[in-house]
Amino acid sequence: MARTGEFIPDSSEISKQISTGRMQTEEMVLNVGPQHPATHGVFRLLATIDGEVLTNAEPIIGYMHRGYEKLVEARDYRQITNLVSRMDWLSGINNELPLAMSIEKLMGLEVPPRAQYLRVILCEMNRILNHLMFFASFGAELGAITPTFYAFREREDIQYVMETVTGGRMHFGFFRPGGLKEDVPKGFYAAALASVRQVIDRLYQYEDLLTGNEIFKGRTIGVGVLDKETAYSYGVTGPIARGSGIDMDVRKDEPYLVYDHFDFNVHTGPNGDCFDRFWVLVHEVVESARIVEQAIEAIPSGPIMGKVPRVVQAPEGEVYVRTENPLGELGFYLVSDGGNKPYRMKIRTPSYNNVSALPAVLKGTMVADMIAILGSFFFVLGDIDR
Amino acid sequence: MYEINLVGIEFTITAWQLLIVKLLVILTVVPVGALAGGYAMHKELGHLQHRLGPMYAGGFHGWAQTLADGLKFIYKEDIIPANADKRVFTLAPAIIFVPVMLLFLVIPIDRSLIIEDLDVGLFYLLAIGSVGVIGVLMAGWSSANKYALIGALRSAAQLIAYELPIVLTAATVAMLAGTLSITGIVEAQDWPFILWPPGIGLIAFLIFLVGAIAEMNLPPFDMPVAESEIITGAFTEYSGMRFIFGFFFAEMAHIVAFSGIAATLFLGGYRPIVPWAPLENIPGVIWFFGKFAFMFFFIIWVRFTFPRLREDQLQKFAWKFMIPASLALVLAAGAWVLYAPESLWR
Repeated sequence: MARTGEFIPDSSEISKQISTGRMQTEEMVLNVGPQHPATHGVFRLLATIDGEVLTNAEPIIGYMHRGYEKLVEARDYRQITNLVSRMDWLSGINNELPLAMSIEKLMGLEVPPRAQYLRVILCEMNRILNHLMFFASFGAELGAITPTFYAFREREDIQYVMETVTGGRMHFGFFRPGGLKEDVPKGFYAAALASVRQVIDRLYQYEDLLTGNEIFKGRTIGVGVLDKETAYSYGVTGPIARGSGIDMDVRKDEPYLVYDHFDFNVHTGPNGDCFDRFWVLVHEVVESARIVEQAIEAIPSGPIMGKVPRVVQAPEGEVYVRTENPLGELGFYLVSDGGNKPYRMKIRTPSYNNVSALPAVLKGTMVADMIAILGSFFFVLGDIDR
Repeated sequence: MYEINLVGIEFTITAWQLLIVKLLVILTVVPVGALAGGYAMHKELGHLQHRLGPMYAGGFHGWAQTLADGLKFIYKEDIIPANADKRVFTLAPAIIFVPVMLLFLVIPIDRSLIIEDLDVGLFYLLAIGSVGVIGVLMAGWSSANKYALIGALRSAAQLIAYELPIVLTAATVAMLAGTLSITGIVEAQDWPFILWPPGIGLIAFLIFLVGAIAEMNLPPFDMPVAESEIITGAFTEYSGMRFIFGFFFAEMAHIVAFSGIAATLFLGGYRPIVPWAPLENIPGVIWFFGKFAFMFFFIIWVRFTFPRLREDQLQKFAWKFMIPASLALVLAAGAWVLYAPESLWR
């Protein structure tokens, strides 16, 4: 009983705090991660919280650094493909694309049109896979478990089609410098069309279940606003930048492959909040499906591999190639000293830049909103650390 | 000495024997109910989410799955964190689970099938139902874990937001029925929702349901246990049997109990849904379990469909809508009881 007095603070201090409308309480440091379900991996957020309000948030990365930029220097050009598909493991084939393109650009290789069309089809199907995955996880983070299984139902169909082509479910290893590993099997077009059309047909269910839900809107609209200037200054790209109203998409701005042959829209959100980012993500699924449909209609016949020398050896020089990864702009800066291995390869991954904008958005939000914001930033750990 | 007439068989029994029988009934009904409820939930969930649910354990449609799950937890190590307040930490699951078991005491399954027909049954339900929060607070505080602390504080913050609407709507029911006894309330319901006057009972039912879902910490009001935010909140540090009894089992028994309570207070319990002579021949047990199953299905359906609210959104919802609405209901019910002409009553 003697110790009770210690816990009674100065009453005049408390009344002053109450009259100013702000009770001062001690801040608490909360480690969100490295093992936390909302971080999709070993991402750590050092959060300082005052009650439920975040006063500071500092992302700490590097738990998954595997040194790919160094590893590629010890492998020849054909072996690198399987390394880079493990960076952003949700969209492996989209990572292989800029690598193949950078090698082709440096060596001056021609890619036959059929291979270019097939690359577009596979990349866009992979984009749908990736976006559905983030749809699923975002719902689960906000507490709705059922949408997760709906998204996985559609993912499975598309993944099966991709598997029949490439033999892999996550790490495809299918793009080679100069073309593709092999041609698509019989019945691929019908299966691919059916799988993407099914996604479009079922999107209304997602709308009913999650996007149109009042609770979902209450949790996301106006939460975690990333304004245009902040997004620009942190180099944010992809659906997150588009959610903040930045009209940028490498597929439109600097068309590579045969993207200029297709009719598709770039969606942007007006406010830059969690809902806008999510809204852009869902609508990009539709656009990707449209591209796949158009590409399958227009695909030419012909070889799937250009004329590639027996030894892939890039001439001395350097090249930068950027493409639109599902999560943003993916850039490969490749320097060659004339050998059969890269001299240096710098990879600009979208998640790394996107996550760097987190502290600016997180400050002043609540713990529950923090999870919504983390979920709406659509990052893949392997893409941050690589 | 008590003379018992149970389904036509007459026998006498001493008070002590009766007490032991009652305890045994509770000790079997609650775990079996929770296990069966867990199985039903898995199955319903499987079908809602385009999958099968458990299919292998035990042979027929995986009937033994929940048993196997429970058994697995018995074999798990019971970890108590080094910094935890050991006595409070070990006691907390019991404080959570025992009140949930006691809820089953006053739920009538048929006209005479009730373990303890208390005169203040409704009052007892409300009082016992809110004890569990103390256990959650104990668990959260003694765990020496920040996530557990946040979960416990959220739980405490949520208490008044849902407890007031539940109490007020239950008061509405008691006023319309004119009694606090649970069997009395059931006997007063010729129609579900105590349909006269129309409306009051139905609105009270909806508010009660929302409050009950919040009390059970189910989505969309599962902020205290939010798995993707604070990792089951107060139970972050628990493992093995304590986790099961404090969290999983208690939650499932809570859902089962509240399905029964809602079916009893608002849907007419063991009585037919309409007062029509042929329906009266169907045993009350069947009516009760039908209504109970409906409520159970509904609660699980809601649970796995909606995203989670934020704490301040729940508070706004509770204080700006639910509590004023339930106060208005009490007023309306009071006015009805005082001033409605006798001819309008049933």
